[in-house]
Amino acid sequence: MKNIAVIFKKQIRDTLKNKMVLIQFLMFPLLVVIFENVVKIEDMPEHFFVKLFAVMFVGMAPLTCMSAIIAEEKEKNTLRVLLMSNVKPAEYLVGVGSYVFVMCSAGMAVFAVVGGYSGTELVRFIAAMSAGIILSELTGAVIGIFSRNQMTATSISVPVMMLFAFLPMLSMFNDTIKSVAQVTYSQQISELINGIGDSGIQAESLIVIAVNFVLAVILFTVAYKRKGLET
Amino acid sequence: MNRSITATEICKSFGARTVLNGIDLDIQKGEIFGLLGPSGAGKTTLIKILTGQIAQDSGTAAINGNDSRKLSGDDRKRFGITMDNFGVYERLSCYDNLKIIAGIYGVGKAEIMNALRKVGLEEAAKTPAGKLSKGMTVRLKLARAFMSDPDVLFLDEPTSGLDPVSAEEIHRMILAEKQRGKTVFLTTHTMTEAEKLCDNIALLSEGRIVEYGRPCEICRRYDHQRRLRIHLTDGNDIEIPHDKDAADMLSELIISGRAETIHTTEPDLETVFMEITGKELSA
Repeated sequence: MKNIAVIFKKQIRDTLKNKMVLIQFLMFPLLVVIFENVVKIEDMPEHFFVKLFAVMFVGMAPLTCMSAIIAEEKEKNTLRVLLMSNVKPAEYLVGVGSYVFVMCSAGMAVFAVVGGYSGTELVRFIAAMSAGIILSELTGAVIGIFSRNQMTATSISVPVMMLFAFLPMLSMFNDTIKSVAQVTYSQQISELINGIGDSGIQAESLIVIAVNFVLAVILFTVAYKRKGLET
Repeated sequence: MNRSITATEICKSFGARTVLNGIDLDIQKGEIFGLLGPSGAGKTTLIKILTGQIAQDSGTAAINGNDSRKLSGDDRKRFGITMDNFGVYERLSCYDNLKIIAGIYGVGKAEIMNALRKVGLEEAAKTPAGKLSKGMTVRLKLARAFMSDPDVLFLDEPTSGLDPVSAEEIHRMILAEKQRGKTVFLTTHTMTEAEKLCDNIALLSEGRIVEYGRPCEICRRYDHQRRLRIHLTDGNDIEIPHDKDAADMLSELIISGRAETIHTTEPDLETVFMEITGKELSA
């Protein structure tokens, strides 16, 4: 626990100085505040931008931050210093993962406030968002593990991030895209968030998210066993 | 037990390339040991094996009597290491860089300030590490290695690329650690550094130790001419055999005030290395 806390604090200290990571955490929460207050279109669904940007936030921020942080530490050989100083790879990953989760939770709080969620709706919103953040973190960690440096991480994470972040939005306009997007966790999280006001939860969404989670864990395990953290 | 670092018959290959081939070392506590060799000789690989970063193919290695392949957290705390490619957190201050390691080792603010003071970075405590000069960055890495007050220090080419003044400062810090009874394992391809700092050295070439011992003894061993070169006050040079008969002539020259400087013909380490391997040490 001590080493996890050290990694967590290190990341917190680095946040304000790391503009690339900071912008990921701030961009969509700021956009949702602006759009929800400025853009008023007749017949637009209630809190349209909260639902739209929340899914983009979940598909983008945790994924790019995890991969960028891990890849930067590998590129600059600071990860090796930590591992030589008794930090276990698992402690490092949990430390960075919990930092990204906490930072994304702060963004999630902004969405929840702007969306006006409370009671059961709030619980469902938090559960859906948390599942998405964890899945995106796992995907980002896999990219970070496979990347030797930040440039490689960016070139891999951008298309993957765009797939998860923008597919739910594009599926609103095209049924073919929607049918493809159904197998992604971000599409299902989008549907869970859009259905927060409904009485029930679609079992299909939970199954797809669970399958995505199992696949992400398998991918992460394979990546970690093959590459480790240092190569 | 006086042994600090031992290695027996260490072999390591990467694919078809043999990097280390039967390395034996026996480094005593409080000794500065220098491993010399050109780039690619296997110096960094040996440090990585000794510190448990990679496993050897065969042979045994130990620090403070503990097998390098089975080092515990406490064992690791007892040695500090700085390698040329080890990074610093450039956006964080020097203090915050050390605070990370302090948190891992469970040491406090006093130790952080002490380490900064030791390397002369006290006034740069709040400076982001990315804004330090190369010499200061090396000092920050040294401070990080000092954090747990280790018994053994592994320094991989600590003065590589530094100007003479910065290199001199690093030398002073290394010698200060020796004074405190610490063992220092140093790799370098600078012979003057080795001659100045090291109690014992090993010359590494193509994965093998080709010479081992005190720098001056090694140089003496390869002094095939065994002569003294005397520069006289009248501007002339004379050479005499370096034996017991030289004493009378030398004393006469010194008493008469005719001898300005006296040199032996023993080679430096660079020349010794070239003679053994046919290669340059600084290549």
